[in-house]
Amino acid sequence: MGANEGSLLDKQFQQVKKQAQQQQYQQMAQSVKPKQTWVKNAVAAFLVGGSITAFAQIIQNIFQSAGLAQKEAGTATLMIMVFLGAFFTGLGIYDNLGKFAGAGSIVPITGFANSIVSPALEFKREGFVYGVAAKMFTIAGPVLVYGFVTSVIIGLIAYFFQ
Amino acid sequence: MSILLAFIIGGLICVIGQLIMDLTPYNITPGHVLVGYVTMGALISSVGLYQPLVDLAGAGATIPLSGFGHTLAQGVLQAVKSKGLLGVFGGGIEATAVGIAAAVVFGYVMAVIFNPQG
Repeated sequence: MGANEGSLLDKQFQQVKKQAQQQQYQQMAQSVKPKQTWVKNAVAAFLVGGSITAFAQIIQNIFQSAGLAQKEAGTATLMIMVFLGAFFTGLGIYDNLGKFAGAGSIVPITGFANSIVSPALEFKREGFVYGVAAKMFTIAGPVLVYGFVTSVIIGLIAYFFQ
Repeated sequence: MSILLAFIIGGLICVIGQLIMDLTPYNITPGHVLVGYVTMGALISSVGLYQPLVDLAGAGATIPLSGFGHTLAQGVLQAVKSKGLLGVFGGGIEATAVGIAAAVVFGYVMAVIFNPQG
């Protein structure tokens, strides 16, 4: 009986020790690991996001030197970037870029195009109405909803308070 | 020079999104990031603070989705002046019509042409 109690205590002691070690390890992991990944992710997002917008600026410069006004050149550039974002998603390249670049590939308009094509492709086998066409708006839908609602609210405020 | 500025400002706008995803305790998905950028872009633009960024960085400010919000806000503000209450509803959507139509049409065509990978 005494020996049993002893081994029970011993077991409990081992468990507590194990838990303490795990806690220590988790604390250590938390203090070291996320820092490294968030810095790495931020650098990747900066480089890829910056490259995409710099590339868009090159296209815009070409349009402007071809004689388009700044606003029209901007719209034409937007169309090209949407096309490229959709095209490279179709090729399967953009989603791989996203794994590395995170927000760097999400935030530019190419990422918006990606968010349309990616689920549309994924659910293609469910048909062209409930698969492709419906799933296109999985993320684009909320973006348009909140965008339009915000714009109408801004418009109402401007209308009544100007 | 304009390309370098577009790189730096465009990169920084993306980094903000990455930091929000990594450093906040909430589970923030790409959908939240995109919705947040459009909404914040429109709000910042409506008080006149986004246009200076566009003047400075060009595509660096218009290509991130906050630029889409900027176009929505500027479109509705101009339309309110010229068309009144009808402009409240139409202005933002009219200004962004080309981009939205391009995204829907190109997105659909690509989804039809290509097949899912792997």
